[in-house]
Amino acid sequence: MSSLLVRETHKLLRAQGSLLFVETIPGVKYGEIIEVELPSGEVKLGQVIDASKTMTVIQVFGGVSDVDLKRSKVRFRGETLKIPVSIDVLGRILDGLGRPIDKGPPIIPEEYRDINGEPLNPASRLPPSEFIETGISAIDGLFSIVRGQKLPIFSGSGLPHNRVAAQIVRQARVRGKEEKFAVVFAAIGVPYDDAMFFIDNFRKTGGLEHVVAVINTADAPVIERIATPRVALTIAEHLAWSHDMNVLVVMTDMTFYCEALRELSAAREEVPGRRGYPGYMYTDLATIYERAGKVAGRKGSVTQMPILTMPDDDITHPIPDLTGYITEGQIVFSRTMWLKGIYPPIDPLMSLSRLMKDGIGPGKTREDHHGVFMQLISSYAEGVRLRELSVIVGTESLTPRDRKYLEFADRFEREFINQGEYERRTIEETLDRAWNLLAILPEEELKKVKPEHIKKYHPKYKSLSS
Amino acid sequence: MLKGRIYRVSGPVVVAEDMRGVSVYEVVEVGNERLIGEVIGVEGDKAIIQVYEDTTGIQVGEPVYSTGYPLSAELGPGLIGSIFDGIQRPLTKLEELIGFFIKKGVKQPSLPRDKKWHFTPLVKQGDKVGPGDYLGYVQETEVVKHYIMVPHGVSGTIEWIASEGDYTVEEPVARISGREVTMLQKWPVRKPRPYREKLEPDKPLITGMRVVDFMFPLGIGGKAAIPGGFGTGKTVALQSFTKWSHAEITIYIGCGERGNEMADALHSFRKLIDPKTGKPMMERSVFIANTSNMPVAAREASVFLGVTIGEYFRDMGYNVLVVADSTSRWAEAMREISGRLEELPGEEGFPAYLGSRLASFYERSGYVKVYGNPERMGSLTIIGAVSPPGADFSEPVTQSTLRIVRALYALDVNLAYRRHYPAINWLTSYSLYIEKLREWWMQIDPEYPQLREFFSKTLQREAELEELVRLVGADALPVDDRLILEVARMIREDFLQQDALSLDDAYSPPYKDAWMAHAIKLFYDKAREAIDAGVPFEKIRELKVRERIARMKNIPSTTPREEMKKAFGELYNEIINEFNALIEEVKTRV
Ligand SMILES: Nc1ncnc2c1ncn2[C@@H]1O[C@H](COP(=O)(O)OP(=O)(O)OP(=O)(O)O)[C@@H](O)[C@H]1O
Ligand SMILES: [Mg+2]
Repeated sequence: MSSLLVRETHKLLRAQGSLLFVETIPGVKYGEIIEVELPSGEVKLGQVIDASKTMTVIQVFGGVSDVDLKRSKVRFRGETLKIPVSIDVLGRILDGLGRPIDKGPPIIPEEYRDINGEPLNPASRLPPSEFIETGISAIDGLFSIVRGQKLPIFSGSGLPHNRVAAQIVRQARVRGKEEKFAVVFAAIGVPYDDAMFFIDNFRKTGGLEHVVAVINTADAPVIERIATPRVALTIAEHLAWSHDMNVLVVMTDMTFYCEALRELSAAREEVPGRRGYPGYMYTDLATIYERAGKVAGRKGSVTQMPILTMPDDDITHPIPDLTGYITEGQIVFSRTMWLKGIYPPIDPLMSLSRLMKDGIGPGKTREDHHGVFMQLISSYAEGVRLRELSVIVGTESLTPRDRKYLEFADRFEREFINQGEYERRTIEETLDRAWNLLAILPEEELKKVKPEHIKKYHPKYKSLSS
Repeated sequence: MLKGRIYRVSGPVVVAEDMRGVSVYEVVEVGNERLIGEVIGVEGDKAIIQVYEDTTGIQVGEPVYSTGYPLSAELGPGLIGSIFDGIQRPLTKLEELIGFFIKKGVKQPSLPRDKKWHFTPLVKQGDKVGPGDYLGYVQETEVVKHYIMVPHGVSGTIEWIASEGDYTVEEPVARISGREVTMLQKWPVRKPRPYREKLEPDKPLITGMRVVDFMFPLGIGGKAAIPGGFGTGKTVALQSFTKWSHAEITIYIGCGERGNEMADALHSFRKLIDPKTGKPMMERSVFIANTSNMPVAAREASVFLGVTIGEYFRDMGYNVLVVADSTSRWAEAMREISGRLEELPGEEGFPAYLGSRLASFYERSGYVKVYGNPERMGSLTIIGAVSPPGADFSEPVTQSTLRIVRALYALDVNLAYRRHYPAINWLTSYSLYIEKLREWWMQIDPEYPQLREFFSKTLQREAELEELVRLVGADALPVDDRLILEVARMIREDFLQQDALSLDDAYSPPYKDAWMAHAIKLFYDKAREAIDAGVPFEKIRELKVRERIARMKNIPSTTPREEMKKAFGELYNEIINEFNALIEEVKTRV
């Protein structure tokens, strides 16, 4: 019915920043998508963000500074932003709103989906528990990822987050399983080179047919950036829930997303929250990150690895802070590590994977994994504490025990965390490596590992028995 | 029933016109999809409504219907083992109906209407009854006897009572002076359920977490907050409280948090066996899940819904624990709605009524004498997580909460980085219940006050010494101080640290706490004795028994008490023997 009505208006009242105030037409819907047609014929998209009987407020993607109020018109589409989805998107490159930009053939849609998705019923979720082996010791050994998890990388500008993410994408696998998988890569406000780095990487390793790239580069409209992660996740959900695929979504750089959100909020003249970011940023980010998961009775899964750069390397900045409050852990990069030449420069103390407990252990990784992990971290923490202490009092005043800890901490960084960009270590290699390092410490210090595991895996006993 | 029209839509806030006669807190149905909303303000003929479902797609001009009722909880058999959203929609039922995505506009009664419950009467015709009196009961699960009580506002003579048999929640089970009573009752979530008298707690709610029970015990019916930055262990702590505490009913409110966490809780509650009953923990639990991606306004309601269900079980005479994760997300929901209403913002944009709204939640805790026959006590303990931005406790939600609660479990990011779990800071946490609970603890162990005092003094002294250690190194300190540092480390690592994932130690009964504390105190006393006898400190540090002490927490909590006592007795002997040997050695050398 409503499609028969002329749902457009010429009564544009006021333009300001990216907001357009127009006279309300009958039946305007909250959240619906509109088109602003400029006198030149150019069309911009926008969305209704406030609708009242007298006036409708529209946020226009791409801004409205150049809108000629008298000679432009607004057409109401009557629905929210939907994108066509299809399994044929695999191997394709799309723009931030999901339109192909790779000069390939048009994609024939299986269906249209609202980019905002719908919340997963918490009662339908399955707790994620399938261990993903990335081949990177620091991650597999200390911060294991499981299918359905959302685990971000907190990086800093100039740190090798893209290289590490590419390595993860290259090497990640679930052992003993040959299943359908896909990678959805979303570039959000990053320089063109960064986006191409990933695509080249996929191309080189011959994995391009498993990949969809959704690209909003630094020069694309800021407002479009709000849609980009949602477009990527809508595609991911379609592949996971309609095509039983295990999908890994890599999104870089969420910092630019948050900045776009702040810009949008400022344009709406909302009361700003901490450091100018809107008070609802937590909820907004949650509607993105919560789209990871596994569902009872379905084969597919959505795993997320968002990447963000911490402004001034400050983890208490609202962007990493709110992200950490939503995601299931975080992998934190440290500049100090990077300057020491450690790749990947992961900070073992600040990093955490909250879903690790369900993904490791007998039958999944190895029986000693939990104990070894706890022991490595707490011994390393002790080593770092003593290292700081020894800066002031000097190593001479340390006890022999303390000196062992110093040695442990150093070698742990160089031999366990540090690894080649093209080096893949199995989880067994990772754990054995860990035992070789733990052997530096007096055996009675190893309180976090079970005595029977010491007997079985400690090099001292292992070499005896073999 | 009134019918108005939508005048304005702005996110979760809708303004409707032609609504004269509607009252604040009344539930309304908004738009053609009849989304659930609640009136939060009235101006002239306009009603301001917060909508509990996504408003996308709603049109100006669509109808709005009033219902005449305030937002209410359905109370009755069927609550236990359920998972509801913030406005009590049954999520498992929704899944059956519409699949694994939550759609809006779907209505389902909170409690199943077709299910029959086996009702056993406890009164007979002619009995005089008043509010809260037991009419009968339903064995809802193997562990929960669900008492059917005379509703508030009803009293008189039992004219008819149903005979033992199976009934749905809507079938009458009694007639009291002309009024029919069913097993289903409704109660407005924002209105506290009344009780006869509030009492001071004289016993703790044992949580099984040593740092809480032994160092900062929580009184039964108490109120506590657990603030901490992300990843410091709020959720793990709340989950272990609901798993292991001595409450008979637990209610877990997931308010603006993660879906995977809720799934994890649901699955583990179905699997884990409650040591107190031998049945799955699910058989005494209720879940409320309004995750961060679900509509914001319903977060606000979820907390009140949870506490109302809690009060209902309290009124039956149970000890109930309600945990809310996270009250900060709830406060943010309030801030968002308030912002949409263009109310004058207070600190950091939170509405001026933040403090009083927080209080109206926590104040519903208490150890009380409830209404009705038989005479009985019930309790409702509340523990709320707080998620301060940047882990900075000076922010408004943490500060407002601190003015209300009587126990604080302050989580410390640096402890969490070091994997000292639970990362509860022993210097900044506190409990105002300690005095009242001393008697109780002294029945477990007459030396409790001295032991606790020793622990807290030692830890404080350690903190004072830390600065010095940084400057001169530990080995430059006098031997007394080095011993303090050694024992403080023992207290931290071998007593306070408790791995929530460890099957043996996730729950620590009070007597185990006390026996562990004794071991450390004994080590200290013997060490002092040895030092006085001239034993060099290095020798003490090398004692083998230190490792035994470190592993004492792994004595499974399921070990029968007598057997555990024996194990600790052996440990004490070992401590004494090793020290005596050292002392002997020195003596013979002299
Ligand atoms: N008592 C404990 N025993 C073992 N591990 C723990 C304990 N407490 C916390 N942890 C570890 O810390 C991680 C984070 O804890 P948790 O999820 O409870 O943090 P949180 O404070 O709720 O964070 P957020 O505010 O982001 O929700 C857990 O996944 C677990 O690995
Ligand atoms: Mg949490």
